[in-house]
Amino acid sequence: MDNQEHHVEGGGGSPVAVDRCPARLSSFTLEEIEIDLLVEGVYRQYGFDFRNYARSSLRRRIQNAVRSERVETISALQERVLHDPGAFERFLLEVSVNVSAVFRDPPFFLAFRREVVPLLRTYPFIRIWQAGCSMGEEVYSLAILLEEENLYDRCRIYATDMNGAILRLAKAGIYPLEVMQKYTLNYIQAGGTRSFSEYYTAMYDHAILHPALQRNVLFSEHNLATDGPFNEFNVILCRNVMIYFNKQLQARVHGLFYDSLPPFGILGLGSGESLRFTACETGYEPLAGGERLYRRVR
Amino acid sequence: MPFELVVIGTSLGGLHALITVLDGLPTAFPLPLAIVQHRGAGMESGFGEVLQRHTSLMVVEAEDKETIAGGRVYLAPADYHLLVESDRTFALSTEGPVRYARPSIDVLFESAADVYGDKVAGVLLTGASADGARGAQRIKQRGGWLIVQDPATAESRVLPNAGLAAAQADEVVPLDRVAASLRQLAMVV
Repeated sequence: MDNQEHHVEGGGGSPVAVDRCPARLSSFTLEEIEIDLLVEGVYRQYGFDFRNYARSSLRRRIQNAVRSERVETISALQERVLHDPGAFERFLLEVSVNVSAVFRDPPFFLAFRREVVPLLRTYPFIRIWQAGCSMGEEVYSLAILLEEENLYDRCRIYATDMNGAILRLAKAGIYPLEVMQKYTLNYIQAGGTRSFSEYYTAMYDHAILHPALQRNVLFSEHNLATDGPFNEFNVILCRNVMIYFNKQLQARVHGLFYDSLPPFGILGLGSGESLRFTACETGYEPLAGGERLYRRVR
Repeated sequence: MPFELVVIGTSLGGLHALITVLDGLPTAFPLPLAIVQHRGAGMESGFGEVLQRHTSLMVVEAEDKETIAGGRVYLAPADYHLLVESDRTFALSTEGPVRYARPSIDVLFESAADVYGDKVAGVLLTGASADGARGAQRIKQRGGWLIVQDPATAESRVLPNAGLAAAQADEVVPLDRVAASLRQLAMVV
């Protein structure tokens, strides 16, 4: 962990005018202590390890949890979360980020179609790990893409997430109808060759993705912060998951992925992520297409 | 040098405003600048290139875990929130929009205020939403410096006005004077 000096509220030499909004604000240092205690308690009581999450965004989500639980401080949140498993379930949902979209970031899937699919055709059987799959949006995107490339029946997708409740939602494959318009646009931009409406059935205000899409998907619980490797994969996709980890945890997960890929195995990251600031950088080379797709080279 | 980071937030009219500000900063401007500009879909690419033509500082899209270096202009990438960490690196997040915005000015300003305290200067430029007002308030609560573009010179006054209503700005300056204020903060005149 860093040993940076932390700045305390009100400290500083700038000629600051009187604060117009003296709303109570805990000092940054005190809040850091409270966050440390909360995540340590959660780890020891429930086994979910947020201790090496990226602090700034974790702090935001914990502050959101403080507001939604209608308590005053992080310490009060800790009291409730440690004693009330129901409050912990809510906490888990609040602090894990479960925002995605089908064919989120279409250029990535377009590049996958063009650069990765030809490589996959050379394999008799293809194992793919979607790590941190959340509500399954990208799992189904991949299933659709592979189906259209006539590869899906050679594939097994291992879709993992740390949160069992979220995995059940992923498995259900039900999304609000209002997002289908956006998903359809993404699908087209990602190089879809059919009509996106072939893949879902609208029911009232929801859309149910066709269950056949998950015939080769295995949903299971796996926590990147605490669990180890469990198989070898031809492709690992982990997009916009490690942005919530600090460098130490990110390095652990990169090690895990590296160990789970054979030479020429493919790693896919989110558009704001790269291997540039990691120790694994030299183990991979980028694929053509300019997206965050890499191939293990050594 | 008292300041270590400049954060800038803007939306409607932001491109022109940012060009004006960057144009007025010297090649040797020592502080890093982190910018959130609300961008509509389809406006993602090209924005950085346009800004680059108006400044000799290097303009880049911030990447996750990237170390924040002086003299660079970092843009929040499209569809991500941009935050700073206490080890002086950037972090990205795909959490839901804040005040309808991703990237959100509030998210950048609040994390910068928390981590940099009185070493951060926040700048609110023209903008058509109130995203940024809470962040400006946090900067003042943590002892940082706040510059707000004079609403009379803003293409859209909503953001500067919201910032002024939420927090006591240290400086309210017309657009063509923002760069001069930043030069003064960085002690390069």
